[in-house]
Amino acid sequence: MSIDPALAFRGTSLTFANGTRALDGIDLEIRPGEFVSLVGPSGCGKSTMLRLAAGFEAASGGAVDVRTDRLGYVFQEATLLPWRTVARNVELPAELAGVPKAERRTAAADAIARVGLAGFEQHRPSQLSGGMRMRASIARALTMRPELFLFDEPFGALDEITRQHLNSEVGELFVRDGFAGVFVTHSVPESVFMSTRVVVLTGRPGTIAADIPVPFDFPRDPELRYTAAFAALAAEVSAALRGDRQEAAA
Amino acid sequence: MTATLEAPAKTAAPEPPRPRKRLWPFTTAPVRVVAPIAVFVLVVAAWAASSHLLVPEASRFLLPPPEAVVAEGLLDPAARTEILTALWNTVQVALCGLAIAIVLGVLFAVVMSQARWAEFSLYPYAVVLQTIPILAVVPLFGFWFGYEFGSRVIVCVMVSLFPVVTNTLFGLKSVAPAEHDLFTLHGATRFQRLWKLQLPAALPAMISGFKISGGQAIIGSIVADFFFRQGVPGVGRMIDVYRQRLATEELLTALLLSSLVGLCLFWAFDLLAGRVDRMHGKR
Repeated sequence: MSIDPALAFRGTSLTFANGTRALDGIDLEIRPGEFVSLVGPSGCGKSTMLRLAAGFEAASGGAVDVRTDRLGYVFQEATLLPWRTVARNVELPAELAGVPKAERRTAAADAIARVGLAGFEQHRPSQLSGGMRMRASIARALTMRPELFLFDEPFGALDEITRQHLNSEVGELFVRDGFAGVFVTHSVPESVFMSTRVVVLTGRPGTIAADIPVPFDFPRDPELRYTAAFAALAAEVSAALRGDRQEAAA
Repeated sequence: MTATLEAPAKTAAPEPPRPRKRLWPFTTAPVRVVAPIAVFVLVVAAWAASSHLLVPEASRFLLPPPEAVVAEGLLDPAARTEILTALWNTVQVALCGLAIAIVLGVLFAVVMSQARWAEFSLYPYAVVLQTIPILAVVPLFGFWFGYEFGSRVIVCVMVSLFPVVTNTLFGLKSVAPAEHDLFTLHGATRFQRLWKLQLPAALPAMISGFKISGGQAIIGSIVADFFFRQGVPGVGRMIDVYRQRLATEELLTALLLSSLVGLCLFWAFDLLAGRVDRMHGKR
């Protein structure tokens, strides 16, 4: 744990121009080899933390330190450009960075194969299912060979079966690449299944209510979801989320 | 269990394109052709009936029946040559004006999309272009720029610029925030954002603008010609001449052929829109 954090929030606050306080004094370090889920109710600022890390927003107080420029970001929607094929979408980051065509083609093909979309390179997003679109989106982020991988509620719109597949597949990528992962979700089971740590946020303005380590080894079997140890941890996360609500009501 | 669960996702074939839900069940190709023709036949029949049954023989020149229009406007070689020559002049002016309006309009919209101050300072004048009474401006253009081709083209540009500007600007600004974030994340330059994101995303809206502008350009060309009464004659001048001669057959022919040109222009853009929609995976 002496490695430098890939991402650190240091007393980070954010107040929007309209006066809304999104985050208040967040302290959180995420190191390489950690996969941290941010769980919390809608509007608690968890997505805002990712937006700060990616540089889409600037903190109004404190600091956000990102130790790498190899940043992967998966959006809530697949955010594929509909007029581009899967291959051309996946090579977009390299294209914007001015990487020569042949090189970025190879990198894109490799990333597409890694998410199990080989054979669909020439399809357009509209020809793919929601799960496949999300895979293409992950492939696009993979071309950055991310050291810090940010996921902004990426699987919320998918059906449960597809979601569980993608949970396992992201887990495989994490085991292989050892990036620092930050995963925003509404789902308690998803957060426990994916992570080495679950950070529970409370809402408006967002503050950290609990930081719960998840001890299970990787790679994780999908059956892990049905074990007693898993249920106990999920209960702990849920309790932390509920504790917030009672406080808010009081 | 694990294996059986994982297999379908990894080997899943692409979903076949979903059959589009049809609002109107008869949108097959034959109906697309037959339905407008049926309307055409009905309108022509109503026209013929009104002309023969409602208008007394002596004043039938007010509304000549369709067969007379065809005989005297289209089948008569002298009248036909006269009208087609005028129409060709009108169309040349209109197409030239439309092309310039498209280039200028897209340029204006791009400039406005790049900076709020540019939008705030230019947009009101784009609206003025739309609201200014063209009939009052046409004689002025005659004074300033003469009565020839260039002056007519300016009138066409003026009347067809606004739809291009508004639709293009709307399209450029309709890009989803997440797509902008994606380009921000990867450090896209302003030009990359415009060229690889905003313009392709705006294309369908732009073409909708071109469709409206096409018709406007033809009207502009006719109006300019009608008021100038000088220079190479187009449909506008012929309409005036036929009006004075009470040559309603020729007048109607000129009118119908001008509309047909506008319709063809609209169809051409519609074809283009179809291609773009397919490119965007919408059809």
